[in-house]
Amino acid sequence: MKFSKRLKSVLPVIGLAALYGLIMLLKSMGIANNYHIQILMFAGVNIMMTLSLNVVNGFTGQFSIGHAGFMSLGAYGSAIITTLILKPSVIPASMQIPVFLLSLLVGGLVAAMVGYLIGLPTLKLKGDYLAIVTLAFGEIVRAGLRLIEPIGAARGMIGVPNYANLAWIFLFVALTLFFVRNIIYSRFGRAWIAIRDNEIAAEAMGIDSTRYKIISFTFSAFIAGVAGGLYAHVVSFIQPDTFSFVKSSDLLVFLYAGGSGSLTGSIVGALLLTSLPEALRFLASWRLVIYALVLVIVMLYRPKGLTGGYELPFLRITRKEIYENRKKKLPETPLQETEEGEM
Amino acid sequence: MTTFFQLLIYGLQLGSVYALLALGYTMVYGIVGMINFAHGDFLMIGALSTVFLAMAFMNTSSAALSAIQVITIILIAMIGTGLIGVLVEAIAYKPLRDRPRMTALITAVGVSMFLQNFPRALPFIGPNPRPFPRLFPLVQLNLWGVTITSTQLIMLSLSIILMVVLYFIVNKTPLGAQMRAVSMDKDAALLMGININVIISLTFFIGAALASSSGIFYASIYPQVDVYMGSWLGTKSFIAAVLGGIGDIRGAMLGGFILGISEIFATSINSNLGYMIGFIVLILILLFKPAGLLGKFSIEKV
Amino acid sequence: MKKVSQVLLVVLAIAVFMTACSPSAPAAPVESEPQANGEKVGETLRIGVVSPMSGPGATAGKYIVNGVKLLEEKLRAEGGLLVGDTRYPIEFLYEDNEAKEETTTNVYQKLINQDNVIAIVGPDMSKAILAAGPIAQSAGVVAVGTFTTNEAVTQVGDYIFRACFIDPFQGKAAATYAWDAGYKTAAVIYNNADAYSKGLYENFELAFTELGGEIVEVQAYSGSDIKDYNVQLTKIKAANPDVIFIPNMFTEIPLQVRQARELGITAKFVGGDSMDAPEVAELAGFENIEGTAYVSAFSPDNPDPVAQEFVKAFNDAYGMNPNSNAVLAYEAAMMILESIKNATTIDRKGVRDAMASLKDLHLPSGTITVGPDRNPIKGAAILMYNAEGVPEFVVNVNP
Repeated sequence: MKFSKRLKSVLPVIGLAALYGLIMLLKSMGIANNYHIQILMFAGVNIMMTLSLNVVNGFTGQFSIGHAGFMSLGAYGSAIITTLILKPSVIPASMQIPVFLLSLLVGGLVAAMVGYLIGLPTLKLKGDYLAIVTLAFGEIVRAGLRLIEPIGAARGMIGVPNYANLAWIFLFVALTLFFVRNIIYSRFGRAWIAIRDNEIAAEAMGIDSTRYKIISFTFSAFIAGVAGGLYAHVVSFIQPDTFSFVKSSDLLVFLYAGGSGSLTGSIVGALLLTSLPEALRFLASWRLVIYALVLVIVMLYRPKGLTGGYELPFLRITRKEIYENRKKKLPETPLQETEEGEM
Repeated sequence: MTTFFQLLIYGLQLGSVYALLALGYTMVYGIVGMINFAHGDFLMIGALSTVFLAMAFMNTSSAALSAIQVITIILIAMIGTGLIGVLVEAIAYKPLRDRPRMTALITAVGVSMFLQNFPRALPFIGPNPRPFPRLFPLVQLNLWGVTITSTQLIMLSLSIILMVVLYFIVNKTPLGAQMRAVSMDKDAALLMGININVIISLTFFIGAALASSSGIFYASIYPQVDVYMGSWLGTKSFIAAVLGGIGDIRGAMLGGFILGISEIFATSINSNLGYMIGFIVLILILLFKPAGLLGKFSIEKV
Repeated sequence: MKKVSQVLLVVLAIAVFMTACSPSAPAAPVESEPQANGEKVGETLRIGVVSPMSGPGATAGKYIVNGVKLLEEKLRAEGGLLVGDTRYPIEFLYEDNEAKEETTTNVYQKLINQDNVIAIVGPDMSKAILAAGPIAQSAGVVAVGTFTTNEAVTQVGDYIFRACFIDPFQGKAAATYAWDAGYKTAAVIYNNADAYSKGLYENFELAFTELGGEIVEVQAYSGSDIKDYNVQLTKIKAANPDVIFIPNMFTEIPLQVRQARELGITAKFVGGDSMDAPEVAELAGFENIEGTAYVSAFSPDNPDPVAQEFVKAFNDAYGMNPNSNAVLAYEAAMMILESIKNATTIDRKGVRDAMASLKDLHLPSGTITVGPDRNPIKGAAILMYNAEGVPEFVVNVNP
């Protein structure tokens, strides 16, 4: 029993490592090249962003449409560390990786902090009004960044060191999947799902919905911040206008076209829809027309998203596992036994 | 002081554009509960079609356009855009009416992308900006040191007329009563014998037609038209609609003017501030009146 | 049905991947048999051409593509580039960067890694090449910006060159013209979201004040999507300058000119190289833009035979006069071709070394030599829009 569970959690790690090895092999054979690698790196960052959005929109049922704001805070936060403060010219080469990781942490924390501060007053709002505020937040961050001269203002920051490579992206995507999956199936996740399904009932059950919403928002913002930091170190150039509402709506498209509430959906949505515009380059000016049509058709015929809520086996969790988890935390009472058959 | 009034004129002019566009957003939201992100592109369609209509008219007659021709052009553009709005609703939004709202939202994103890029891909339109024809005679008036152009006056009056007509239709006619009924409770309206599909299509028609008029006015002030002009304006007028209270027509008008005026005044202090002011005003208003200035929260039934 | 749709989805996903991962352009075969005229045929060399073929800068893209196509046709007629006794067919790959920095980086990656180009022409915007330049630099591929005038561009690395003059020179040329024309006070309206606009304004201010002029009002707007300049222009009107300098993109200039005239500003305008697009006059209104002078890389009235030949060829092919964009794109491509001819080995590094030592290349806009900082030493022309919206030659400016 225990061995198979352990195997189950180790398998995806092996699988990911094997996938990475395969890509490197293809590269050395000349079938894949830096252009493909770059697309994969963008897709990886987008997967992280979509997972982060999934936590808030998919699992907590909120309506955040300004998530690019967190991404930009993370991007700038980490870029300031590696480009302005601990520049490659002032630190020894051996320190580059620790500085890089530190910068990602800083980026994530900045985004999380802002997420928390924004969440406090606004998560009391419901539905569409929350959406507006998140949209406004995203744009205010962008407009604000445009004003700050030391980071390049509206012209952007060039020369961010190219620390991120495919291996790092793989690692962080895997870590994100790990953490998001586990938190979804913890009491936090259960509270979030309860809030999503029926907030009033959840409140009646004693769940402080505002508190859990804030936690969800902050956690999601942290991930988005780290993803933003990775992004900055892939493209080596960031400017506030990259993180506009267009980016936020791209993320929304990845999430809902892939299937919200499903981690697999986030992976599929981000991966597919990042590569599609590149693959369609041969269509020249009809490229985005076809992309738009594909999007509309997908939403019309699979409104739940491409995966329709399906989860890959290693991401899924069975009811038995949830029950066993819960049983571990609660003391045995006579009431427990009658519940055994139901769930 | 004259600067103040001069800026006020610009603010009113920009505000009327936002107001007309916000009206469409608010009406669609009120009726089907959907934020139509493609709405800004109706503005672009109105402006672009006017460019081509004017070219067609100018081919057949002399250089300047007569008043009758101008009115005809505007009417054709508005009706044409309205019909496109109905078409979009029928194809892309109607099948999703009973689906979760985010689905329709994503579809709207796709529709917006399509409406922008399809004309761009067509060779005779293309991505380049085009000059907008002069529809209204340009006469500069100087009142107490403030420069007002005839274009501004005509535009403002036409906008206000359109808004008043809309308000009248929605609040004083049986048709308007039907629209209000559908926006309050779709199922009850259905049971009362109202043809929901017709009402919804009509709402989209009116919304798109207003958006196209907004586009014509906008292009008359800033005579440069291209396929992407609608999206940023759409986002801003959406903010305006929410500011005033989404779902409320007077709220949309109020929100549009507030946004336009504050933007102009903020730009005069600092151009970056002008960029941000819309969102700042929004947050401020929502902090004190979470439903917008004139909006009301609907009671959420358990 | 569900299973079928799932299968279809998987097929779609695989199809998308396969197309995105289409194999790179193969290294063409080695030299083949000598031809009848004793020439050998070498491998096909690929040159990338990056320009804004869509989006707000698309007019520029059209001229750039046309300029390079002229060269392409000429080469095709000759069968390729003759280097020594070998003819190398040249293939130009046109890519659209949508006037965006991010897209430029994508396109650079594609051209460098997927298409194996030996060098890249373009883009035309400083901010785009500033963002994507590092990629070319670290991959060791020569990139020649066509109209990228911001000083920082060639500082990105020793593989980055340009075909145009730089902003300090341009700002000085504009300031000198304004001063010589008798203007003592100037106002500026510029875009503080664009490195080019800001850089050019600063250079103008420096030069103009050095000559003794005074900048009486500076106004900024933040972003190319802004259309309303009334607030800024009202302030400029109040300062009553002799001349107004507008170092902005050709999508912004027409509205600025128009609104200024509508406000009652009668001062003339002076602009930079971005004014050199025919649409500018049309969108601004001929009567509004009449008398506006600007710094251009090229004048169609230039009597030099090479210039005239180019103008004629362009007219024959496209029915219109070339502008700076077309000329500079043509010249950037010529610089690359010339470097291929002079290179010790025909590879990316060879091209770079040859280009760094390019001397006395006679091109339509003048004879150029590449300086030690990889900036070409060349002059400019001042053109002025007349009442019909056609630019006319005023004077030459030499470095």
